[in-house]
Amino acid sequence: MDWTPILISMKTASVSILITFFLGLIIAWIIIKLKNNTLKIILDGIFTLPIVLPPTVVGFFLLYIFGIRGPIGSFFIEFFAVKIAFSWEATVIAAVVMSFPLMYRSARGAFEQVDSNLLDAGRTLGMSEWKIFWKVLFANALPGVISGGILAYARGLGEFGATAMIAGNIAGQTRTLPMAVYSEVAAGNMGDAFNYVIFIVIIAFIAIFIMDYISIHNEKKWR
Amino acid sequence: MSNQVLNVNIKKKLKEFDLDVAFEIKNGCLGILGASGCGKSMTLKSIAGIINPDEGKITLINNGEITFYDSYSKINMKPQVRNVGYLFQNYALFPNMTVEENIAVGLSKNNGDNTVNDLIKRFRLDGLEKRYPKQLSGGQQQRVALARILAYEPDVILLDEPFSAMDTFLKEQLRLELANVLKEFDGISILVTHDRDEAFQLCDELLILDKGKIIAKGLTYNIFENPDNVRVARLTGCKNISEIEIIDDYHLKSKDWDVIFKVNEKLSSEITHIGIRAHDFEACVEGEVNSFEVKNYEKLEMPFEWELTLDNGLWWKIDKRIKDHEFVVPKYLKVNPKNIILLKS
Repeated sequence: MDWTPILISMKTASVSILITFFLGLIIAWIIIKLKNNTLKIILDGIFTLPIVLPPTVVGFFLLYIFGIRGPIGSFFIEFFAVKIAFSWEATVIAAVVMSFPLMYRSARGAFEQVDSNLLDAGRTLGMSEWKIFWKVLFANALPGVISGGILAYARGLGEFGATAMIAGNIAGQTRTLPMAVYSEVAAGNMGDAFNYVIFIVIIAFIAIFIMDYISIHNEKKWR
Repeated sequence: MSNQVLNVNIKKKLKEFDLDVAFEIKNGCLGILGASGCGKSMTLKSIAGIINPDEGKITLINNGEITFYDSYSKINMKPQVRNVGYLFQNYALFPNMTVEENIAVGLSKNNGDNTVNDLIKRFRLDGLEKRYPKQLSGGQQQRVALARILAYEPDVILLDEPFSAMDTFLKEQLRLELANVLKEFDGISILVTHDRDEAFQLCDELLILDKGKIIAKGLTYNIFENPDNVRVARLTGCKNISEIEIIDDYHLKSKDWDVIFKVNEKLSSEITHIGIRAHDFEACVEGEVNSFEVKNYEKLEMPFEWELTLDNGLWWKIDKRIKDHEFVVPKYLKVNPKNIILLKS
């Protein structure tokens, strides 16, 4: 059995969750603080779109932007001589874009549950906005934020459609686990596909387990 | 005692009405009394800088003048630097932090004379240092919130309905505690409430707010004794208010109760109503000044008073002892002319 899909997938999912997690938190905080409701709705729509659209459509847009003729793709080729499309980095881009809405929406929901008086109390006690964000908002929204993070991680791990469009299915480079399952089935190797499937199911189950464990544990502590 | 003056003059458009208030406080406690949704909390939040008014000016004189907010010269100090303590209705203790940690948040900015331990002792929180807010009673939570504010050593303390979430027993006890805290506090405090007892007990001066406008201000005693107009009378707890017909300079007829009253002050055409506090009736015999016959009534026994509603609509309250369960209602009641409050509409 070829182990590279497992390694590639773990690497892609780990790097992309780091990006998604912090980006999701910050964007959620920015959106909540926005006073202009129209702008809020428009931005929320854009940030949520990837989970509503078919993944191949998202992949199409990504290819359009990051492809060699796309605005960002051509820029990277010209200035850094780096080709983004069909590279390993492209799997990360696809995973980040597809998992971002889950993180952003969970974080926003969790933030909105936090009593806004707590934030104002922090302000009248002289806490800086940065401190309020981490020590009050983030700390009190933690269970929701973490479950969002885990969902986003699982979503990134399972990403298929957009990855196929922008990163392709190059063995040893961009062939992630879901890609490998598809390829093995297409080649008639049901046995190998089955091994990959088992692996994905185990990881998904662990993710759900951690999520539930954290929420129960937190319940006991101070809720 | 330091000499501080807080000057507030703000306007803000709200959904139902416009908030438009202007007042000045020197040292001591000012009460803002008003029905819920009259703009009380909005005024407090503007002073703290949590919300912004549309226009106006807020300044604090305290070894020189500090401008918190001025719409004309576009000054808007952040809440973080105003040094104003705010006691929230629900106390807003950080649920993820222990009692100690909550108090320490207030300390982190000003390294004054306070330490967490001193405050824990002062607010009788010994033994609760490691507890989380959810594990405290309502009274303990309020003490932690006050300790956290005093740790911050603010120039001004704002109290937003501090007892609204409490049962009667706790309320009375905590009111005494808060009265002591405010007495010791060397600065300005503002208490917002819809409870006239709280306002009366805790505040030297009072400001009465109705639909975003100040309808009365002055010393607390004066406002309670001479409410001046119908809305103020109602908010200070006057149960009996009636429209009147003036008969001559010192006599009037109440339209609602159908009784003729004599008053001590000369009546003018501005006076359209009178108010009589429910405790101000006395038993009497027929023919006395301002007396009237009691025909039908409903009698309600409370632990320490009788509440009577007469069939002409008047409320009468008379103190009693807990063990007394019998009460003979007199045939006639009277009101001393000096206890009839003349009101403008």
